[in-house]
Amino acid sequence: MITSSKRTPLTFLVHATVLFLVIIWTIPTAGLFISSIRDKNQLSTSGWWTALSTSEQRLVARAHEPKKQVQEGDRFVIRGNLFEGSAGEVTKFGSSSLRPDEFDVGTVAELKKGETLQVMENGDYAFSSPVEWKGSRGDRIFYTAETPPRFTLENYREVLNAEGLGKSFINSLTVTIPATIIPILVAAFAAYALAWMRFPGRALLVAAVVGLLVVPLQMSLIPLLKTYNLIGEFFGVGSKTYVGIWLAHTGFGLPLAIYLLRNYIVGLPREIIESARVDGASDFDIFRKIVLPLSFPALASFAIFQFLWVWNDLLIAMVFLGNDADHMVLTGQLRELLGSRGGNWEILTASAFITIIIPLCVFFGLQRYLVRGLLAGSVK
Amino acid sequence: MADVKLTNVKKIYSNNVEVLKDINLDIKQGEFIVFVGPSGCGKSTLLRMISGLEDISAGTLEIDGVVVNDVPPALRGIAMVFQSYALYPHMTVYDNMAFSLQIAKVSKADIDQQVRKAADMLQLTPYLDRLPKALSGGQRQRVAIGRAIVRRPKVFLFDEPLSNLDAALRVATRMEIANLKDSMPDSTMIYVTHDQVEAMTLADRIVLLSGGDIEQVGSPLDLYEHPANVFVAKFIGSPAMNIVPCRIEQTGAQTLVSLSASASIQTPIVTESSEQAKPAFFGIRPEDLVVVSAEQESLFSGEVSFVESLGEATLLYVKIPGADDMVIAKQAGTLNIKRGDKVYLSAPAEKMHLFDEHEQSYLRKG
Amino acid sequence: MGQLASALVTMILGVMGCAAYFYGSNFLLDKIFPTKSGAAADVARNLRVANNIRPWLFLGPAVLLLTFYLFYPVIDSIRLSFYGRSGEDFVGLANYKWLFSSDEFYESFRNNMLWLIVVPTAATFFGLIIATMTDRIWWGNIAKSLIFMPMAISFVGASVIWKFIYDFRTGGEDQIGLLNALVVFFGGEPQTWLTIPIWNNFFLMVILIWIQTGFAMVILSAALRGIPDETIEAAVLDGANGFQIFYKIMVPQIWGTIAVVWTTITILVLKVFDIVLAMTNAQWGTQVLANQMFSWMFNGGGDFGRGAVIALVIMVLVIPIMVWNIRRANAEMEGR
Ligand SMILES: Nc1ncnc2c1ncn2[C@@H]1O[C@H](COP(=O)(O)OP(=O)(O)OP(=O)(O)O)[C@@H](O)[C@H]1O
Ligand SMILES: [Mg+2]
Repeated sequence: MITSSKRTPLTFLVHATVLFLVIIWTIPTAGLFISSIRDKNQLSTSGWWTALSTSEQRLVARAHEPKKQVQEGDRFVIRGNLFEGSAGEVTKFGSSSLRPDEFDVGTVAELKKGETLQVMENGDYAFSSPVEWKGSRGDRIFYTAETPPRFTLENYREVLNAEGLGKSFINSLTVTIPATIIPILVAAFAAYALAWMRFPGRALLVAAVVGLLVVPLQMSLIPLLKTYNLIGEFFGVGSKTYVGIWLAHTGFGLPLAIYLLRNYIVGLPREIIESARVDGASDFDIFRKIVLPLSFPALASFAIFQFLWVWNDLLIAMVFLGNDADHMVLTGQLRELLGSRGGNWEILTASAFITIIIPLCVFFGLQRYLVRGLLAGSVK
Repeated sequence: MADVKLTNVKKIYSNNVEVLKDINLDIKQGEFIVFVGPSGCGKSTLLRMISGLEDISAGTLEIDGVVVNDVPPALRGIAMVFQSYALYPHMTVYDNMAFSLQIAKVSKADIDQQVRKAADMLQLTPYLDRLPKALSGGQRQRVAIGRAIVRRPKVFLFDEPLSNLDAALRVATRMEIANLKDSMPDSTMIYVTHDQVEAMTLADRIVLLSGGDIEQVGSPLDLYEHPANVFVAKFIGSPAMNIVPCRIEQTGAQTLVSLSASASIQTPIVTESSEQAKPAFFGIRPEDLVVVSAEQESLFSGEVSFVESLGEATLLYVKIPGADDMVIAKQAGTLNIKRGDKVYLSAPAEKMHLFDEHEQSYLRKG
Repeated sequence: MGQLASALVTMILGVMGCAAYFYGSNFLLDKIFPTKSGAAADVARNLRVANNIRPWLFLGPAVLLLTFYLFYPVIDSIRLSFYGRSGEDFVGLANYKWLFSSDEFYESFRNNMLWLIVVPTAATFFGLIIATMTDRIWWGNIAKSLIFMPMAISFVGASVIWKFIYDFRTGGEDQIGLLNALVVFFGGEPQTWLTIPIWNNFFLMVILIWIQTGFAMVILSAALRGIPDETIEAAVLDGANGFQIFYKIMVPQIWGTIAVVWTTITILVLKVFDIVLAMTNAQWGTQVLANQMFSWMFNGGGDFGRGAVIALVIMVLVIPIMVWNIRRANAEMEGR
């Protein structure tokens, strides 16, 4: 845009600054994603930014129980592998927690009572003893290993199966989709009426919509909850229904929806609408056949916002849908996990990523409408 | 069958501005009426009131002898062509033209037949499947006209339909509209324009509006030759008629007026004796002035302060002693006259106009 | 599967029901007052009647929903603020007295003020800077997408992300929280960030700024594109440098939009409670009004009166913005 500043040090500065900001803005999400696909042991012992480097870890494993021993000559030997299939490289080992790196890998360590322990680089170990091994549990082996980065979908599987997240996912969709479409429909009709139809009280209604734009929705919760209970009792159904939450989201989303859409629709060329009127179209025809197709960018951009808001909402869902397992939405589930499993990062990161995956898809899929619709909408 | 009659029609917008004051107009079936007037005089407003897009604040509007003040646009039997074409951008040319018929629930076969007929007439057949954005300005305007035709309206309304086109296209489309009128002699057409040439060439009758009032209604030549007042005289014709203040020296069948201290002119215009010694305005069109060599036969003389050579004609701007505005003379071809030359201008008596102190025309004899 | 199917049916019924209203009511209107055929006079009369009714068919659902969900609650909250826990016994100004003598209220009020000052300002500022700069580079759109991305993340999801960043490990263990890792890397002492009084508020605000900057950026960059190029070219010819052009030519022209963005975020800040709830559960001096109201209303059986009083405080804080918005809308309507 500013031609004179091209090819000056300023341009370089701009590139560098934007890159810096983009990195800062992306890192948190990137960290979450990387963490969610890391092995849970690695996740809790090293930062996600080390995910790609091999990590040196102090680990403990238990040898096989004595009943797996075999007799080799005059000695009884228990053999096995510390990694049990996965990759890794042992550098040091030991048999007591006090000195976990007592021996170098490969050496035959002399332990008490003539027992020996040998651990190879690939994790193969051999415990040997002159007398038969007793007891039901194997001895512990302490070792230092370099494990290569390990990525897994295990966390997701665990979360989706065990934590009821799959169910909440469907609940969230059930709430979100109608709660996106209904307000758009209602708002589009209202916006058309406020923009192009003539009736008494129009200016007052427009002012009312703008005024309601700023009512904090928390304020509505108590009165609404009481009314919901009454209505629920009256019809003999619970007060927490899907219809209830759709309408709540619709009501709370309406002022902004009407405001944005009206701004857009009022900007459509007047002559096109008059021409349709001369052609004999009723307002309903005009709305369906002319205004709706022409306002598509605005509808799409509002749809994106409303989808994101509803999907990401916690408050309205908690109040109008409740916290029982059957109706829990994703955000509610996530908050629950945050409270109950605050330390289990593998659960938290995977669940968090599941909750944001749909909005991210919606956002990246539809973002080109976002700017187009907004351009005519809120910027005037 | 499709007469349009306006009686005492007024338009007052909500901010209490009286945009149209008291319009009386009788349009006969099959007439081509053109509204002209300066920008903001209310032409579009009047047209939109006839169409039903704008409410009528007072007075009555009749179409076919029926008062239609409260009849919605779609039922008035009118079609309107807008300056910006107002095509539906998301529909193909075909759908644009078919829209009104679809709304009216006409059968598919009939729609198809009518759309194709109109497209044929306007040479739009190859473009039927295109969207408006893939058409040129002229083609778009033809689609807009086609959309009006398929409705078979009793009255066509055009609001400056050609003003978004370039000069060459404007001439071509103007002729198309003239042809269209010829092929539909029964349809009444009301046409708003800024362009005098359009008005003069297309109109059966011109309605000249100014400041919410009708100044004059008449055939193009009528307005040209017998302007009712100074406003009409100056509005019709290009360059505008020269108006020079004068004083009536002698009334009667051959009124004598004096321009300034010196020159006086004998005009073939009748005035009553009561007009004696009143101020008046003498008018003469630039194209009616001729350059003469001798002072004796001239009406005016003065110094040329400006020469514009247009090729087919030359405009001389002459400073006349005693008059504030320069007098313009339009001479055919090129002339060998330079700035600073003194010229003598004359005109045939039957081309002279005389207006009273209120700028209304005195009748010309014969 | 069964759940999916029933969810699908519910959704379709819900959406269809809404569409059916609009189609049905307009269809009925056209049936009762037919306008496509019949005597001209009847048709004209029918059409006039239909045209008087139709706006209300279009507006009906919106008006009802707005009244029920926003207008009536405002009125009712005002009433409830004079009543006791259950909302049945009149207690006069007791709730107000309680509020103004409660330490928690002052804490959350102070925190809210901090949020109100810091978050909208920072988000708008970063949004403007980024919008300006991304408009000038070829990969600007990619950059914008990435910066807008947090908008797609829920407050709770964002809380997980940031909890992870503020994570703290005791003793010599490796820090897995990015912030502490950085601190350790530069030789500092790791901290439990979320428990440091006052400062922990800012750590929470960072989250909202991170989310809202994208919103500010998208709208401001649309506004920036609306600036006529000529004004900038004229400034270039007048010898202005990049920064002068930015704050003397561009910013003044989009002042209106900046104000709108700032307002929108301000309103959002007043409503935000999820972040506080999820990150600190309002411990360690991070309470805010919205969360305080929420806990009064819904925890331990709820106290409607006290909840309503806090709601009113939020409402009062919003009134200036509301008035300003209505003024603007009115001015706009007069202009057309
Ligand atoms: N909605 C309105 N409210 C108030 N005044 C209006 C409105 N619409 C038009 N006017 C005024 O009515 C007058 C006539 O407008 P109109 O559009 O009819 O002019 P016009 O003759 O068509 O001009 P143009 O040749 O420029 O198209 C103008 O002075 C205009 O300002
Ligand atoms: Mg006009």
